[in-house]
Amino acid sequence: MPGAARRGGWVVAGLGTAAVLLAAAPLFLSSYPLTLLTQALIYAIFAMSLDILLGYTGLPSLGHAAYFGVGAYAVAILATEFRAGFWTCLVAAVAAAILAGALFGPLAIRAVGTYFLMITLALGMLVWGLAFRWVSVTKGDNGISGLERPTLGPWSFADPTAFYFLSLVTFVVSAACLVVVVRSPFGMSLMGIRESEARMRSLGYNVWLHKYLAFMLAAAFAGVAGFLWAYYNGFVSPVEVQLVTSVEALLMVALGGSGTLVGPALGAGLIVFLKNFVSVYTKRWLLILGGVYICVILFAPGGIIGALKRRPR
Amino acid sequence: MEFWVIQTFNGLSYGALLFLLASGLSLIFGVMRIVNLAHGSYFLLGGYVGLSVVWRTGSFALAMLAGGLAVALIGVGMERLFLRRLQKQELAQVLMTMGFALIFQDLALLIWGGDPYSIPTPAWLTGSLRAGELVFPRYRLFVIAVAAAIALVLWLFLERTRAGAVIRAAVDDEEMARGVGINVAAVSMGVFALGAFLAALGGVVGGGFIGVYPGSDFEILPYAFVVVIVGGLGSLEGAIVGSLLVGLLDNFGKALFPELSYFTLFAPMAVILALRPTGLFGRA
Repeated sequence: MPGAARRGGWVVAGLGTAAVLLAAAPLFLSSYPLTLLTQALIYAIFAMSLDILLGYTGLPSLGHAAYFGVGAYAVAILATEFRAGFWTCLVAAVAAAILAGALFGPLAIRAVGTYFLMITLALGMLVWGLAFRWVSVTKGDNGISGLERPTLGPWSFADPTAFYFLSLVTFVVSAACLVVVVRSPFGMSLMGIRESEARMRSLGYNVWLHKYLAFMLAAAFAGVAGFLWAYYNGFVSPVEVQLVTSVEALLMVALGGSGTLVGPALGAGLIVFLKNFVSVYTKRWLLILGGVYICVILFAPGGIIGALKRRPR
Repeated sequence: MEFWVIQTFNGLSYGALLFLLASGLSLIFGVMRIVNLAHGSYFLLGGYVGLSVVWRTGSFALAMLAGGLAVALIGVGMERLFLRRLQKQELAQVLMTMGFALIFQDLALLIWGGDPYSIPTPAWLTGSLRAGELVFPRYRLFVIAVAAAIALVLWLFLERTRAGAVIRAAVDDEEMARGVGINVAAVSMGVFALGAFLAALGGVVGGGFIGVYPGSDFEILPYAFVVVIVGGLGSLEGAIVGSLLVGLLDNFGKALFPELSYFTLFAPMAVILALRPTGLFGRA
């Protein structure tokens, strides 16, 4: 179809331009916008990981911040208490997030729809409860501070530009992995489950196993985002794992357009910038964010990507 | 011995407060299958409205009524104008109600400021009753009495009246209820008003012993969800048993294992879920 080919061309051109702009950003951005962009990249990884569950498998998780937080706490504890290095922290963060996903997954994926929302909410609260109360490990409400940016061989990521590139590379690698997954037969099966679980089951697919793997995959990449966040922020507290953070991730996915990967990344960027710019000008930031939630649902139920697709060329 | 009696009493009184919140949440769930993240905001707003009413009039009873009714109106507005159109779209409902929760939180901060308050309680509810070595604060006894009365009225209403039967029918099978001529839209609105009223009542009552402060909305919301998950959607018995269980677990958890207190609450919930996914009293 020439129409599809032309659209494919536009997508490639758009992504190419975005890649060039992102790579060149440190040349023309001062340090504050650059740190915001770093933050946007980290949240983009987080939102894309949620998209695997929500957009591709049709499982709306209301506790995804748990895996982000588990990753972040793993880094914070290892780096401050044990002076662990880059690779140890990365592996530990991802492993901890996968472990949490492996433990919670079987409980959550027994349920669908409203029950799935509630169970993931409660499991997310369990992690929040540990972060908040298990003071001897997590330092409770005070959080863990004093994280220094890591070094890797000859490179130090202490400099904002260097850390930006670390985040950019991690983002690109994560995005590439997720794109490969969703285009693979496994990803197709996930979409099949999203469309009709009963049909996939009658075709002989192991629906439970597919959901379970998707759950752990999403947890793993949320852990990657948490890993970056811990170093970026230099401070990890229960705020990272609270319900509001989980819902914010859902908003990012919905705002961009679920089931597209690009959309959630875009949504994450928009929310991060909006949040930081608006909060400079007004204290009533929450009021505005609440309005954004309501407007997205009322006026852009398919998200930005959904709105673009519907527009006739 | 004394420790156990007092902690059990404290757990029961917190459970009683949770019941006010969770019974409405459970009914709303049962009829509309909505995950309402603004339910904690009803609790918060109810507390603040009650506070203002007590300041103006000095009447605690009036505060309970005014807080409940004002928030019931807000609930009806939300249901009619925003949530009705989102039937069966769980994600949209979650995001929409989250939007409202944030707006309510910020409005409350704007109107009442960030200081924590305690709602002044009537003189006859201050002080405590003594039984030998044991001391029971009167106000906590009052909270338990209010919750028990509400539970009784709700039970009579649901089991013994025609309107109650209609609600139960809508909970059990919405499509069939529609089929036999029940106006499910009207039922939804009524249940939403009732749920918001009860949560706000809980806010006023709770204002007398845990206080009214920013953040109490998202602090109590997970508890209400756990009650509903443990008890089962749309079940009054479930809400009663779940509230008491959660109140006790939370209280003993905090007293015995302070570092793992939330874990002692959520872990048993996970076990119950693993054994009975629809909760103790829920039907599939």
